[in-house]
Amino acid sequence: MKSNVGKILTTAAVAATISTGAAAATLDDVKAKGFVQCGVSQGVPGFSNADDAGNWTGIDVDACRATAAAIFGDAQKVKFTPLSAKERFTALQSGEIDVLSRNTTWTYTRDTSLGLDFTTTNFYDGQGFMVRKDLGVSSAMELDGATVCTEQGTTTELNMADFFRKHQLSYVPVIVQKADEALAAYASGRCDVFTTDKSGLAAHRSKLSDPAAHVILPETISKEPLGPVVRHGDNQWKDIVTWALFVQINAEEMGISSKNVAKIKSESTDPGIRRLLGAEGNMGEALGLNADWAYNIIAEVGNYGEVFERNVGPNTPVGLPRGVNNLWTEGGVLYAPPVR
Amino acid sequence: MSEKTTTNTSFLNDAGNRAMLFQAVLLIAVVAVGYYLFHNLQANLENQGISTGFAFLNEPAGFPILIHLIEYTEANTYGRAFVVALINTTLISLMGIILATIIGVIMGLARLSNNWLVARLATVYIETLRNIPLLLQMFFWYFAVLATLPHPRDSLIFGNFFLNKRGIYSPEPIAQDGFGIVIFGFLACVMAAIALIVWAKKRQKQTGVWFPAYWTSLAIIIVGTVVFYFLAGSPVEFDAPTKSRFNVTGGMVLVPEFVAVLVALSTYTGAFIAEIVRAGILSVNWGQTEASRSLGLPDGLTQRLIVLPQALRVIIPPLTSQYLNLAKNSSLGAAIAYPELVAVVMGTTLNQTGQAIETIGLCMLVYGSLSLSISVFMNWYNKKMSLIER
Repeated sequence: MKSNVGKILTTAAVAATISTGAAAATLDDVKAKGFVQCGVSQGVPGFSNADDAGNWTGIDVDACRATAAAIFGDAQKVKFTPLSAKERFTALQSGEIDVLSRNTTWTYTRDTSLGLDFTTTNFYDGQGFMVRKDLGVSSAMELDGATVCTEQGTTTELNMADFFRKHQLSYVPVIVQKADEALAAYASGRCDVFTTDKSGLAAHRSKLSDPAAHVILPETISKEPLGPVVRHGDNQWKDIVTWALFVQINAEEMGISSKNVAKIKSESTDPGIRRLLGAEGNMGEALGLNADWAYNIIAEVGNYGEVFERNVGPNTPVGLPRGVNNLWTEGGVLYAPPVR
Repeated sequence: MSEKTTTNTSFLNDAGNRAMLFQAVLLIAVVAVGYYLFHNLQANLENQGISTGFAFLNEPAGFPILIHLIEYTEANTYGRAFVVALINTTLISLMGIILATIIGVIMGLARLSNNWLVARLATVYIETLRNIPLLLQMFFWYFAVLATLPHPRDSLIFGNFFLNKRGIYSPEPIAQDGFGIVIFGFLACVMAAIALIVWAKKRQKQTGVWFPAYWTSLAIIIVGTVVFYFLAGSPVEFDAPTKSRFNVTGGMVLVPEFVAVLVALSTYTGAFIAEIVRAGILSVNWGQTEASRSLGLPDGLTQRLIVLPQALRVIIPPLTSQYLNLAKNSSLGAAIAYPELVAVVMGTTLNQTGQAIETIGLCMLVYGSLSLSISVFMNWYNKKMSLIER
């Protein structure tokens, strides 16, 4: 009874939005409109960030570009929708976007109860804390009584609460709607601590006026596997987004990059490589794509290593080490299923 | 039903019958559309595997809330978090309404002042604040407040009061044994004051002799309560805030988020109310003031007894709209971390549970009821103040 009353009350308001988002074949829709609509963040350097000319770059942006390259053979056929943390799932559920690639953590609740499917992980992250150097704090365990700023509607909010409860530390939460304003509140001294995923901390620190005055504490308090998300129920579409990433990881493992892919395709005698690049058979058919789908991903976007170095690697302002986001053969956890 | 006028018109030519028919058709159409939308929604939600219902309100929330007037920890449920947010929204709306009214009346009168400087200052205030978006003003107050105040380590200290970027810290009164006597004393004083006012009114009606009942009753309440407080042996202890490693701890704290939202809401709406007040006062014919003066009433009483009651009839209806605007605008507090309804329910709860329709529905229900309550109260007040014709 209780829930029925609520449903009736809210039906009229939202029914129209939801009714357009029925689980149709996303691939056909995308092919028909000629581009992939990709949900990204409102600006996290290295992950999804627009420059002053409106060009989007970042690891999450490249995940969408890889999907576009696989479908159209053109990585530029992507349109971006910047979303706040709290808008992102609704945008995907309602069909406003085709893929959500917005440093989104794969969790049990999100995967099971939101009508969404996580594809795979394109960045293994963990939550950390950033403080001012002059506070003299060297460990998160010293944060008893601190004021903590963070963005609303994220796993961060809950992890932070769990961490302080677990260690019985008191804290004051300042939870701001947008990441930029949360950072501004931290920068202005409202908070002692800014918390989000460690990659995000590095990215946000590069935005502060004096990055060197802030230090990221050593503790990693959570597992944050980040990756693209699609609507539940369209398995073909999920496969395309998933395998676009697997191809990039496999390519790095096989030593194929955007620079040598054309040469390797024409010269290689390795049947595994020939199958992957479409020189032999048609691997794309099973996904509803062309035989050169994987070739296009590598040629247009590059392998995973290239994407990482270009966006968040040590030579970028974000400056993250490869760490766990390295191939399994290099001591990381990236292990993509074979293309065969 | 209409009365039958002629006997030989056909069924559809009868105006009454036709009206009924159209009503019936409209009703059926509305029900059909409603059913279609409801059915469509349920089917689609099921197709997409999105869970529905309000069961999530009993799940543990797991997230903290900065400001909670009732006991709240991360272990409490989403339902309790909703109540906390509801109280925060109501608190900021009511305090905003009170402050905006005070600011509005003062500024409205100031703009009508004969003093050139006062009138111009009021004009500048009104025209500036009315014409800048509220959200911008909120950010201004928030970051302006944060930027000017000192870091906790360099807190401004006034006795047991601390002022820094984290807020204003004051000693927290904690009731001890015997505090009940003080409450009892306070209530007794209030009743005595009411009795005094009733008596004074009655006497004035009968004899015309005036007595300053309101000021006297205020004195009775204040002095009486203080006397009871000391008679009971000062049963209140103060928990003074102290400096700790990061912040000031203990005592009570007024956080900058609350202050920024309250200041932004009340000064913004106050500017609109000022214009409404000015319009109301100008609408009262100058002859009323002249007549009152010729009866020998002093200026203060002329305003209070003659001008204001008539001006209120013009003021109240648009004032109601401003109050409603303020209550709804309080949702902008979410942007600067004030944990009101939109922030807690449509922000965090929606994101953690994914129950978009339920959470947004809850918020709509709350804002609807809040606005309707304000409307009902103001309509009652309007009726009370309206011209009673004999």
